[in-house]
Amino acid sequence: MPSFSSHPKQRSDQMESGSTASRSSGDGSQRAASEALVRVRGLHFRRGEQRIFDGVDLDIPRGLVTAIMGPSGTGKTTLLKLISGQLQADAGEIEVDGQSIGSLSRSELYALRTRMGMLFQSGALLTDLDVFENVAFPLREHAKLPESVLRKLVLIKLEAVGLRGAARLMPSELSGGMARRVALARAVALDPTMIMYDEPFTGQDPISMGTLTSLIRQLNDASGLTSIVVSHDVSETAEIADHLYIIANGQIMASGSPREVAASDSAWVRQFMDGEPDGPVHYHYPAAPLEQDLLHSAVH
Amino acid sequence: MLDSIASLGRAGLAAVASLGRAHLLLIGILGGLPSMLIRPRLLVAQVYNLGVLSLLIILVSGLFVGMVLGLQGHYVLSQFGAAESLGVMVAASLVRELGPVVTALLFAGRAGSALTAEIGLMKATEQLSGLEMMAVDPVKRVLTPRFFGGLISMPLLAALFSAVGVIGGWFVGVGLLGVDDGAFWGQMQSKIDFNEDVLNGVIKSLIFGLVVTWIALFEGYDTSPTSTGVSRATTRTVVHAALAVLGLDFVLTALMFGG
Ligand SMILES: Nc1ncnc2c1ncn2[C@@H]1O[C@H](COP(=O)(O)OP(=O)(O)OP(=O)(O)O)[C@@H](O)[C@H]1O
Ligand SMILES: [Mg+2]
Repeated sequence: MPSFSSHPKQRSDQMESGSTASRSSGDGSQRAASEALVRVRGLHFRRGEQRIFDGVDLDIPRGLVTAIMGPSGTGKTTLLKLISGQLQADAGEIEVDGQSIGSLSRSELYALRTRMGMLFQSGALLTDLDVFENVAFPLREHAKLPESVLRKLVLIKLEAVGLRGAARLMPSELSGGMARRVALARAVALDPTMIMYDEPFTGQDPISMGTLTSLIRQLNDASGLTSIVVSHDVSETAEIADHLYIIANGQIMASGSPREVAASDSAWVRQFMDGEPDGPVHYHYPAAPLEQDLLHSAVH
Repeated sequence: MLDSIASLGRAGLAAVASLGRAHLLLIGILGGLPSMLIRPRLLVAQVYNLGVLSLLIILVSGLFVGMVLGLQGHYVLSQFGAAESLGVMVAASLVRELGPVVTALLFAGRAGSALTAEIGLMKATEQLSGLEMMAVDPVKRVLTPRFFGGLISMPLLAALFSAVGVIGGWFVGVGLLGVDDGAFWGQMQSKIDFNEDVLNGVIKSLIFGLVVTWIALFEGYDTSPTSTGVSRATTRTVVHAALAVLGLDFVLTALMFGG
């Protein structure tokens, strides 16, 4: 674990120069941010009356860990669903690896998804299969492997999340944090090129949190993965991320390396990073003033 | 007044829209047939789930329905001195009507509701989205085997229902009420026609199986992903399936035996 803690710092320095200067600089780092794996331009999306995204531009650089942060309910999960084509944008362009998500046919989208892993906020394990079979599922579906090889692969993935001993438990017998780790093992089973983590740290104790952060970093660096981490955990996320986007009110409020963002003097970003209850960010879902609601009910 | 007309229109549009979605879903389900044939194990599991696990309720109900038919039939027929025809009466009512219809109603309650709840909960817990993200089509992988499992199970269950029912009728008629054993079976054999009675019954039960399973899968797949949504969908499955079976039964009977 300690070997990883030095890593992000070093990376963020690279990123800092890469992101403040224009993208063309490249500056000699092998994984220059010049090429984005995911490119989002002018994204608009609404749910009923509620505007979730109102002209969002962002780039997820190849081979790095990009974190997306923001208050609860701003649409982080929605963004991941848009990137993976589970939802369709109202307007704007989303490109993954040069392919525009909106214009893909179903089979092209599925082909793209075999190279994407996603860790759902809820885990989304198949409840009628045990832990081993859940991790084996994508392998059985997409890779024609002999049973003995498959078994070894699955056990290696489970070992990496510390749950090899739980291989024969059913999902209902797992705690929330364990289920999420199994889901992580499943998401990386096919060795994707990109993986999206929706709140990987929720429900983890400090020990598994530490292991998870280093695992995410390790997966990213060892196999040249591109990672997107969605989280509210400011400190944990800042530790592993190379690049940070903060979303709120349908827009990108800040972006840059964790250091840059932490040093930002925008009241907005300060409030979010320091966790102040009040400030430019509203903790409340949009509503009429409380007095009005209360008085209104008294009239009736 | 205007409001009520508007809401009537809205309800009508919603009904048409959901009918459209149901048909699209059916097309998707049928499209999964080739990939299911490659892996018949998924189908076998569903035939077990929907068919074998429904056996007990179907057999017990069939026996009782047959016994009641024996009693009632004997009461009416003996007034005309035609008690020997009891076998024909029991067998014809079972094979033509009660077998397919009662089995379909029981099947909707036992297997249909379970299907809806299962699919609805898979949706609510994001398991279906999870499959999508693993590049596995949930319709083909989850719904198709269940659909064909239901389609195969229903006629078999209806046949067993009728068979057990005939035995129940025989037990009451011949065993308890003293109808002649030879006449009971002999008349049944000569009067029940394979095409006219048995085949039509099988066709009915196939159609009921299709409709019940389709409704159950659609309601589960189309549910709003909450516990209230799933519970409502389960209720709707049983109600809609029962109404569809009874309504269709009238239409099919008129077509098959009306002319
Ligand atoms: N199925 C849905 N139907 C309607 N509105 C939805 C739906 N799912 C999400 N929303 C709305 O979209 C907004 C964004 O939701 P989303 O799940 O993306 O938030 P989030 O940023 O992931 O929040 P959290 O950090 O709490 O997970 C929320 O305000 C929510 O009200
Ligand atoms: Mg979320």
